[in-house]
Amino acid sequence: MDLNTLWFILITVLFVGFFFLEGFDYGVGILLPFLGRNDTERRVIINTIGPVWDGNEVWMITAGGASFAAFPAFYATLFSGFYLALVLLLLALIVRGVAFEFRSKIDSPRWRGRWDWIIFVGSLVPALLWGVAICNLLHGVPIDADMTYVGSFFTLLNPYALAGGLAAVALFTLHGAVFLALKTDGDLRHRARAIAAKLWLPATGLVFLLALLTALMTDVLARLGYDPGVVPATAVLALLFVRYFIKKEREGWAFILTGVSVAFTTITIFMGLFPRLIVSSLDPAWSLTIHNASSSPYTLKVMTIVALTLVPFVLAYQAWSYWVFRKRLTVESHLEY
Amino acid sequence: MDALLLARWQFAITTVYHFFFVPLTLGLSVLIAIMETKYVRSGDETYRKMTRFWGKLFLINFALGVVTGIVQEFQFGMNWSEYSRFMGDIFGAPLAIEALLAFYIESTFLGVWIFGWDRLSPKVHATVAWLVAIGANLSALWILVANSFMQKPTGYVLRHGRAEMADFWALLGNGHVWVQWPHVFTASIATAAFFVAGISAYHLMRRSPEIEVFRRSFRWAVVYGLIGTAAVILVGHTQAQYMTRIQPMKMAAAEALWNTEDPAAMSIFTIGNEHERKDVFAIRIPGLLSFLAHNRFSGAVEGINNLQDDYVQRYGPGDYVPPVAISYWTFRIMVGAGFLMLALLLLSLRAVMKEKTLDSPRLLKYMLWAIALPYLANTTGWIFTEIARQPWIVFGLLKTKDAVSPNVSAAEVGFSLVAFTLVYGILMAVDIYLLKHFATAGVPEQAPTAAPAEAG
Repeated sequence: MDLNTLWFILITVLFVGFFFLEGFDYGVGILLPFLGRNDTERRVIINTIGPVWDGNEVWMITAGGASFAAFPAFYATLFSGFYLALVLLLLALIVRGVAFEFRSKIDSPRWRGRWDWIIFVGSLVPALLWGVAICNLLHGVPIDADMTYVGSFFTLLNPYALAGGLAAVALFTLHGAVFLALKTDGDLRHRARAIAAKLWLPATGLVFLLALLTALMTDVLARLGYDPGVVPATAVLALLFVRYFIKKEREGWAFILTGVSVAFTTITIFMGLFPRLIVSSLDPAWSLTIHNASSSPYTLKVMTIVALTLVPFVLAYQAWSYWVFRKRLTVESHLEY
Repeated sequence: MDALLLARWQFAITTVYHFFFVPLTLGLSVLIAIMETKYVRSGDETYRKMTRFWGKLFLINFALGVVTGIVQEFQFGMNWSEYSRFMGDIFGAPLAIEALLAFYIESTFLGVWIFGWDRLSPKVHATVAWLVAIGANLSALWILVANSFMQKPTGYVLRHGRAEMADFWALLGNGHVWVQWPHVFTASIATAAFFVAGISAYHLMRRSPEIEVFRRSFRWAVVYGLIGTAAVILVGHTQAQYMTRIQPMKMAAAEALWNTEDPAAMSIFTIGNEHERKDVFAIRIPGLLSFLAHNRFSGAVEGINNLQDDYVQRYGPGDYVPPVAISYWTFRIMVGAGFLMLALLLLSLRAVMKEKTLDSPRLLKYMLWAIALPYLANTTGWIFTEIARQPWIVFGLLKTKDAVSPNVSAAEVGFSLVAFTLVYGILMAVDIYLLKHFATAGVPEQAPTAAPAEAG
């Protein structure tokens, strides 16, 4: 395996980590105004992700940084091409991050209510936009012979990408509801589970729709064949079992399975892309690939050593942080503000 | 206005704004880790209260530093795609390492620190504070490795129409890194010290409850600030001598030195004509600039006109003179603020040593207002270092005008510029409101959580 392929895999891993972890963060943020009936409940909801959301977001930042380091032309084309979408994404992430910190600082229902809705919008918009963005990579966007994006913001809002955005929102919200049921106790836990049960059908339906549209509207069938293989099958099958475990009140298993579905859906899209990074809808030869968009072999070698040394440590201490906060939270818990 | 100019404005606004929060994060994270360690070692409640009080302000400040940092990472690709294509092979690596090595540590352990007071033993909790401080300062190191390449390219080859990394260790060993990072680090310590000293001074003036917390904080901050400020001045001097060698145009602009002089005079005050490149009115001290550059009162210091001629020969026709007035004045404001800070700290030290802090209301008032000084120096320092490198984005290799995204329209940049500026403006107002609210509220009489000694 050459280093270009290895870096494609590493970037896939970073996006999987990002969507798995920030996926439930976004879901929790989306559910916050609806599930939390009073200020204490909302604080419990926020505190389920409070200690970890910032570390989770670093997965996205690292995915961006790693794309820059390993495939600079991909980073340049994607970020300049999807300009307005990224402006919206950044604005959403800015207000969301600040909201977590500022929300509880002033003891006023109006102040807190406002920040709660900012958390909602700041979680919904990134979930939608990342779904749209990733699906556009596979769908194909107008990229010319100079690797320059020549479409507009509205080019990105094609039916396939929008289906991807909606599927991401639904799947992340389900993932978040299951996470909340796993991390809370008492009345809140029951209601989180009830919402998860209600969200299951639309989320599963949208993921199936995305799978169908992927077969119809992209070139994956031609590239991967009609037998979808283990990965896409796992992505959808895992979701089918989620409902069973929600009903059985086995939140741990339900969470693992929504996580598996998020991860394998992501992997499926990257498998469909490989060895391309962004498909050009104008001419297949103008697509960005792991070869024409990559860094020099020397830089890839340096970055491989760095990444393979550091990632195990990252995984270890992030796992430790989840271990520290493993206890379920209730309205009676001592809540750090 | 064209897209290039708008993109430059956006980078300037978002970067200055981002760096408004960063130095306090870098410096205060270290100070808080020291406070908490002291608490764990001594069991003295005052240190715990100090840790909690300054920790709260630290977090309000930290939030904005983090979220505005995401914009920094993204906008190289969004607005400067040609820069990213040309430089990605070199520039992407330190950025990715910054995320992998520093951001993960900083963010993960900060979450543990905030929420872990009653879940970790005091020792582990203090260790976590140190990890946050180390992560934050490591991230500064790596972003400065990236910036240093833009100031002094090293360890690269030009191949395939771009700059490619030839030697990773040369990138890290770049002499510029090792004058710039110490400068930023010591400036951050000074920033945190003035923040702590100023707010403590406010409470000392008002004789707030828990006065011991602020007395001790003030004392600590004066010592911490003296170390930081003295070091930032010394390192800054070394850095200026280094810049005179590697980017003489930057220092010539900083001094409004139009023509090469030997010995060179140092300008105290210059009103210049930038268009004709000459003085209108100037007060200069003979020989002093030579002394600052070479440690002796003779020796040539290159001037703007001579360098312009040199650069035309080396790089082809073009204007290689950065905006002189901005460079000259930002440099002077930075240096002036630094020396004023040193003077104030020496006065404070005298008051602290004579135990007369509480009887010096005027000094305390000055120290409260002096919080603005390090911010002024940090901002002008960065404006100077980036503006006085123009017209280059990467010195000698790529000009700023050739680095901008060709496919992003002026309307799009205009939209993002307005949107970021508006949102940043609102958040700045909220942030300052909250900082003021909690800074003036003082230490709550009853601590909100159980003492960490009781936690398991």
